[in-house]
Amino acid sequence: MTIAILNFGSGNLNSVYNMIDYLGFDCKITNDESIINTSTHIILPGVGSYEGLMSKIKKNDIDLLHEQIHVKKKPFLGICIGMQILSTTGNEFGKHKGLNWVGGNVSKIESDKLPHIGWNNIIIKRNSIPTKNLDDESSFYFANSHHFRPKNSNHVVAETFYELSFCSIIEKENIFGVQFHPEISQKAGELLLNNFLNIKC
Amino acid sequence: MLKKRLIPIILIKNGLLVQSKNFQFHQQLGHPIETVRRLSEWCSDEIIYLDITRDNNYYTGREDHKYKNFDSFLSIIKELAKITFMPITLGGKIKNLYDVEQRFKYGADKVCLNSAPYKDLKIIYQIAKEFGSQALVISVDVRLIGNEYVIFHENGNLKSKYKLKEWLKIIRDNGAGEVLIKSMDRDGQKRGQDLNLIKIVDKECKIPVITAGGTGKWEDFCEVFNETNVSAVAASNIFHHSDQSMYDAKKYLYKKKFSVRKPELISIIKK
Repeated sequence: MTIAILNFGSGNLNSVYNMIDYLGFDCKITNDESIINTSTHIILPGVGSYEGLMSKIKKNDIDLLHEQIHVKKKPFLGICIGMQILSTTGNEFGKHKGLNWVGGNVSKIESDKLPHIGWNNIIIKRNSIPTKNLDDESSFYFANSHHFRPKNSNHVVAETFYELSFCSIIEKENIFGVQFHPEISQKAGELLLNNFLNIKC
Repeated sequence: MLKKRLIPIILIKNGLLVQSKNFQFHQQLGHPIETVRRLSEWCSDEIIYLDITRDNNYYTGREDHKYKNFDSFLSIIKELAKITFMPITLGGKIKNLYDVEQRFKYGADKVCLNSAPYKDLKIIYQIAKEFGSQALVISVDVRLIGNEYVIFHENGNLKSKYKLKEWLKIIRDNGAGEVLIKSMDRDGQKRGQDLNLIKIVDKECKIPVITAGGTGKWEDFCEVFNETNVSAVAASNIFHHSDQSMYDAKKYLYKKKFSVRKPELISIIKK
């Protein structure tokens, strides 16, 4: 009964660990195949850039994750860049291929002031599991210059406004993604992560 | 809508929380852990920790502090990160990429640099590339000399060869994600932030600006948000002087219809 926090970077993975541990769940920051195999939920924290993260996920990692997510249907949550790389392509430091689990592309927000940093609210577009007990006043901490544009608008659960409305929560079957950082978003983040972690596999 | 942020700056000197005046006088306020827990419960938007311990230490403070050296600064942060579910920025004593990596490892979400880029500009680009611009705050300490704003490094001791506008452009072009502007003249003065300085910086910067120095009352924050477009205001001393300070500050601004996060109080009890 472990939650696997995937370790593909050199940024701060501890904040995800600290929050989940605080919520009372057993979790591990890991790359270990056997732990990922026996995990109940999988989280991909976002650190670095689109290309940076994609380059650290090797062919055998993708095969393993494919089996966990698409065959075993384990609940998966991508955070920030971890959400963005679910797309077909990304445009940060050049054009790069993503995991293509949720069709769409990632492009730069057109604004005079970037990154989009700070607390912003979500505008809920449809009912979904992760937004249970949250509303349009719920604010989360964002730190992004790019945004995910899913091909299928049904995959958009919530949007956020900064110069334009961009997708801030996605859901496609057992795959979830959030553009913000729930792990450092206090009460709203706790609610969202709790909703996700209580999904039965 | 993106909210205006209120950020407490926690100055840590020799492991103890201090308050600062003119970048020179530091009065001890005690252990940081309880302060940070409270700020957390008052739903602070984020926290900036600056380690201002200096090598040539002159102060004759009390000696009952537990945490003396540099490693311990990080070990305090590691503990704090377990009870504060908000963005943590760490500044002070960062010289190279290794120092940066250490700070992320111990729970920082962002790092704040002041003097290192002055010695070697490449570090800005390197951090931005490895960890992303959003994880990098450059702090710029400014003093008004005559009618010119002059930048200082090394805890305010070394005058920069760069002009203010020139430096702002350089750090942005190299990949900084945010700028923290500290007015040295207003530090600890409680007579409001330096609006002239903030206006210049705000106009010049295409990245989010955080301003600090001089806040004596909550109205001072209103003034900054009314007259400029900065993303965040930061302060140190004022947040240590009253119970529920952060909650009160937010409530004050929220009632006046400023776009701040709704004031809230939570309790943090480790299960």
